[in-house]
Amino acid sequence: MAQMTMIQAITDALRTELKNDENVLVFGEDVGQNGGVFRATEGLQDEFGEDRVFDTPLAESGIGGLAIGLSTQGFRPVPEIQFFGFVYEVMDSISGQMARMRYRSGNTMHAPVTIRSPFGGGVHTPEMHADSLEGLMAQQPGLKVVIPSNPYDAKGLLISSIRDNDPVIFLEHMKLYRSFRDEVPEEAYEVELGKAKVTREGNDVTLIAYGAMVQASVKAAEELEKDGVSAEVVDLRTISPLDIDTIVESVKKTGRVVVVQEAQRQAGIASQIVAEIQERAILHLEAPVLRVAAPDTVYAFTQAEEVWLPNHNDIVEKVNDVINF
Amino acid sequence: MKRTAEKIAEQFETFQILDEEGKIVNEEAMPELSDDELKELMTRMVYTRILDQRSIALNRQGRLGFYAPTAGQEASQLGSQYALEQDDFILPGYRDVPQLIWHGLPLHKAFLFSRGHYIGNQMPEGVNALSPQIIIGAQYVQTAGVALGMKKRNKKSVAITYTGDGGTSQGDFYEGMNFAGAFNSPAIFVVQNNQFAISTPVEKQTAADTLAQKAVAAGIEGIQVDGMDVLAVYVATKEARERAVNGEGPTLIEALTYRYGPHTMAGDDPTRYRSEDLDNEWEKRDPLVRFRKFLEKKGIWSENQENEVIERAKEEIKNAVKEADNTPKQKVTDLIGNMYETLPSHLEEQMEEYKAKESK
Repeated sequence: MAQMTMIQAITDALRTELKNDENVLVFGEDVGQNGGVFRATEGLQDEFGEDRVFDTPLAESGIGGLAIGLSTQGFRPVPEIQFFGFVYEVMDSISGQMARMRYRSGNTMHAPVTIRSPFGGGVHTPEMHADSLEGLMAQQPGLKVVIPSNPYDAKGLLISSIRDNDPVIFLEHMKLYRSFRDEVPEEAYEVELGKAKVTREGNDVTLIAYGAMVQASVKAAEELEKDGVSAEVVDLRTISPLDIDTIVESVKKTGRVVVVQEAQRQAGIASQIVAEIQERAILHLEAPVLRVAAPDTVYAFTQAEEVWLPNHNDIVEKVNDVINF
Repeated sequence: MKRTAEKIAEQFETFQILDEEGKIVNEEAMPELSDDELKELMTRMVYTRILDQRSIALNRQGRLGFYAPTAGQEASQLGSQYALEQDDFILPGYRDVPQLIWHGLPLHKAFLFSRGHYIGNQMPEGVNALSPQIIIGAQYVQTAGVALGMKKRNKKSVAITYTGDGGTSQGDFYEGMNFAGAFNSPAIFVVQNNQFAISTPVEKQTAADTLAQKAVAAGIEGIQVDGMDVLAVYVATKEARERAVNGEGPTLIEALTYRYGPHTMAGDDPTRYRSEDLDNEWEKRDPLVRFRKFLEKKGIWSENQENEVIERAKEEIKNAVKEADNTPKQKVTDLIGNMYETLPSHLEEQMEEYKAKESK
């Protein structure tokens, strides 16, 4: 096993699948010789040639359309959208088109496309680079939305996403790219889509999170432990479809829940989780389910970013509220 | 001094073979089509005109769903489709159902598509096409992908797509052509310029004098063709196809045409934005009238033959409607089943819920 950062694990997953399946194509803006702005595709064009790993003209809608068209010819496209804030340019190709490929062909065609894209706050990017827009994607039937929180999951989830026969939006939190290393097996392995993971076991409260908020939740849990509060952390890993069983099981165990998302509060994934919990486990609850989320403003790029982004202190505060309810 | 765009527009003369009287005006461009092939083209245009009339009637009786009339555009639609091979891939807009039918979509499925039934979207094995696109321009970027895929597979086939004059204003129109040009892939982009995008005249879409010249900025071949002349459309598409499979890249074809009917059958009233004079002017250029004259002069077409086509069309349409009527109605559970390869748990729950509702 090797020690890898999340970005290295992602490159490794791409290399694994380019080797494994000749129908896999990797393309996007600057992904060729340059290896992508974050180097996620570093060295892949040299290794697999320009036919398999290539630069496209600078147009996100074109990239989305290209992926759909290529999938009709039996390819398994893995396009990169350079930053997920640019997704608005390709919304129709994603939600209007590839998500409906099965429906619109009466299930005779499908679009096995995996769109990779960096997102997330805390790394001082310009406007429209850091926004958490996963909720837009999760609302669209026909898509799967995957957000890894660590290098090991990133590799396994990306391999599963590429092998999946439905379109997957694979979102990579920029702050996690190089923030820590994990043991990552060199061989191919899958982490099942739609399955959450209990990252940390606990008895008093459940913290439900995904992406960079998993790290914040673990940090909060460690602090809470000092005060004698045992917090369980559930890492969703896939936000569409949601692993409702794992969520409900944890809720039944602890009876107290805080749902954490980096995205703005309104109409987000956390709201969906709260709804599921109250529909399925209300009699197990000892307190209202609370949310930690960003305020309902545009992303605070550079200025006020640190206050705007939810952090472990915000989580500890909400946990104390549900404990003391 | 002339604007650059004007100088460019002058280079796009309308390509024509038959004039309005069915006279050959461009002898050297005449395609090598046998008498049977020429009659087949006429047969298809007559059949499609009848299909349009019947579809409009069925729609008014509430027996059809969404329908975009096609009369006037037969030469653009069928002349271009006739230049294709079976392996070629069609990405149609919503008015382009006739091309799908002549590419192999059974008639009853065209009616099911109109009614929003998923079976209408299932192409038979060997019919390479997507179902008609609703979003204006989306098919253009997808065409770049289909064509690039064909190139990567070393296929000797093309991807062909259709939009209207309004579609040329969309970003996807340019992105699709630009991608196909940059990848030098075998794509044909057809613009059926029927003069109006619902009600907006082409003069309000663009400052360009032709739509064909929009190929110039993408660095691809462009041609403007008389879209009421089935032979000219056929030849332009055939040549575009040859260039494409020979690795010479994509072509944009602007076909000048006119839709006689409303935009769709959902309440559009063309008298609000088109004059009777303009309608009359275009009807004089009718693709069927001029081709009929041409064939009659050649002595290979008669009223009797045309009536036979009309009767056959009516009969087949009647049977296809019956077949569509006899197809079990689409259910919510069908929709649920068509979302993913394997149902996620929340949809499994909803599947059970709707199975119960539907069994009541």
